[in-house]
Amino acid sequence: MSRLGLRARLLFAFALLCVVTAVAVSGVMYVHARNSILQRAQDAAVEATRGRLEALFPLRTATPGPADLAEIARAMSAEGGSALAFYQGMRSLDEEQPGPLRPPRVPPPDPGMISPELRPPVAAGETAWQRVVWRGEPVLVIGAPLMIAEPGGWVRMSGIEVYTVHSLVPEERSIHVLAVWAWLTGGAALVFAVVLALVATRGVLRPVHELGRAARALGEGDLRARVPVRGTDELADVARTFNDTAAELERHVEQLRAMEADARRFVADVSHELRTPLAALAAVADVLEEEAAELPEHAGRAARLVSQETLNLTGLVNDLIEISRFDSGVATLALNDVDVAELVRATLRTRGWTEKVETELPPGVTARLDPRRVDVILANLVGNALRHGDPPVVVRLAAGEDRVTVEVRDHGPGVDETALPHVFDRFYKASAARARSEGSGLGLAIARENARLHAGDLTVVNAPDGGAVFTLRLPRRAPEPDGGAA
Amino acid sequence: MKVGGASRVLLIEDDPAVREGLELALSRHGHRVRAVESGEEGLERLRAELPDVVVLDLMLPGMDGFEVCRRIRAAREVPIIMLTARGDDMDVVAGLEAGADDYVVKPVQPRVLEARIRAVLRRIGRDQAEVERHGDLTIDRASLVVTKNGEPVSLAPTELRLLLELSGTPGRVHSRQQLLESVWEHGYFGDSRLVDACVQRLRAKIEDDSAAPVYVQTVRGFGYRFGPV
Repeated sequence: MSRLGLRARLLFAFALLCVVTAVAVSGVMYVHARNSILQRAQDAAVEATRGRLEALFPLRTATPGPADLAEIARAMSAEGGSALAFYQGMRSLDEEQPGPLRPPRVPPPDPGMISPELRPPVAAGETAWQRVVWRGEPVLVIGAPLMIAEPGGWVRMSGIEVYTVHSLVPEERSIHVLAVWAWLTGGAALVFAVVLALVATRGVLRPVHELGRAARALGEGDLRARVPVRGTDELADVARTFNDTAAELERHVEQLRAMEADARRFVADVSHELRTPLAALAAVADVLEEEAAELPEHAGRAARLVSQETLNLTGLVNDLIEISRFDSGVATLALNDVDVAELVRATLRTRGWTEKVETELPPGVTARLDPRRVDVILANLVGNALRHGDPPVVVRLAAGEDRVTVEVRDHGPGVDETALPHVFDRFYKASAARARSEGSGLGLAIARENARLHAGDLTVVNAPDGGAVFTLRLPRRAPEPDGGAA
Repeated sequence: MKVGGASRVLLIEDDPAVREGLELALSRHGHRVRAVESGEEGLERLRAELPDVVVLDLMLPGMDGFEVCRRIRAAREVPIIMLTARGDDMDVVAGLEAGADDYVVKPVQPRVLEARIRAVLRRIGRDQAEVERHGDLTIDRASLVVTKNGEPVSLAPTELRLLLELSGTPGRVHSRQQLLESVWEHGYFGDSRLVDACVQRLRAKIEDDSAAPVYVQTVRGFGYRFGPV
């Protein structure tokens, strides 16, 4: 996301820079060129009009009729324009102007061309001009009063106004060409800027991209992920720092792993070493237990204590060995096709819990799993429920398309919310006051490992109406261990 | 095979404390225990003592438990219960392949071991006097003699019990759980590999071709069935 964002931002900045520059340069040039072209055309036209006006003198009459006005107009439109003449509401007539004299590009004169703003200054004796668009074509209209020179150097107004019309089409065309070139140059610059921006962003983004990919790989556990270091810029610095950090991380993780493996091996070794003396102890514990009644009071109590604790210690060591087998990955499944309801019943029956537990066991639910391991899970869950929860303890079996679900629920206070994420931790005790004799503290950890070995899962939640609900989900066909059972 | 009364147990265990503890416990359950510390000594005693059952530790100095197991099997069809110190699956499989009838994981509770010993020593019912014929195989339930093509087949007690159990209802499928309960007297959650290993040994002795069994057939996903021949 941010990668795209950076690219977009860079592109946008480059394009904006280019557009602003192009608009500023071409805009200013365009305006200047246009003004000077128009100015020159205008000046030339005004000059020509003046010259022709002077050539009209002397007038034949001070109060001309329409024919005289047409004469004047014809004289004025001699070259490069058409003309109209006015005198006190009269005007020259178009049709009287000879066609060939009028340049083909110049539109025929029309009183509509002469805007109301143009007339007053002309009437007042000034020469004025205006650019207008007439029927889609730009034209220059120049208005001038006809003056009469009095003897003695005075001039007076004759009352005749002459308007000449010049086409600005050639000038317009030049300006248009100018504009097209400005647009083309601007567009080319923009394209160039975008290409340049893409190249630049690629140069910046590729290392960023690589860095991102390596960081993701690192996050996913590939501690060997590194990025190539190119050049000596800031990005290369970042890449170098990343590589150093990753190397350091890898070293630490390896160290931790080695330490953890050592710790686990130590636990496994200790458990195995404990087994032999414990085997001797366990062998005679029964003898002590049976003889306890015959012994004097203190010796008898001591004998019972030794016997009981030997049993507990045996359980603990067995659990430790079991969990170290999960840790070292040597635990395997002995798969069998079983009727899950029958399996649950057998678990309850062999431990004498049949009367204490309510069951909902639909018949005909079969699954391929390791019955011994599932028995360990169920015995642990039901045992916990009976010890910590309140009755009724309910075991509910449900079958899905490719999963079976066994739910063990009690109706006690449930698991403390703060303890909920930790109940499957090793040696986790829900409360410090919990009696030690209730189990090895590995039961639920082993249960979950057993579930996972089946590619299943074991979870716990508190029911809304009280009580803990442990849910065991197992695939109907657990993955076959290597070799597979017949 | 001892019927009632004291049975003779040969205990082969190298650790002196475990050896003494088990000897003590088994003696209290009324067995006559001969405890030795090595496989070599055990094999020697086997000839002299004629024990009813051998309890064999797999982790032995010198000759290891698997080798001892194979040699005992070669010499006599006496039930063998192994003690697996590690509860290691590979050990269990190797031990069963070497011919052990059952196993107990250390640290063993004497009453568990006692139950296993009783199970392997359990007298086989001789109520049917008929001699059954199944193809080339004859099974005499009275004398407990099995012959193949007229030649007697030497079967270990567990193998014999398995064969009698299966052939009692020819054509019926027995699940591994059922066989564990009826032959080994394990609970519902016994190790089904006991059955598989024993079936392999039995096939090696009575089938013409173990890979294409006629008498003890596998019913995939369910268990085993005798015949139909």
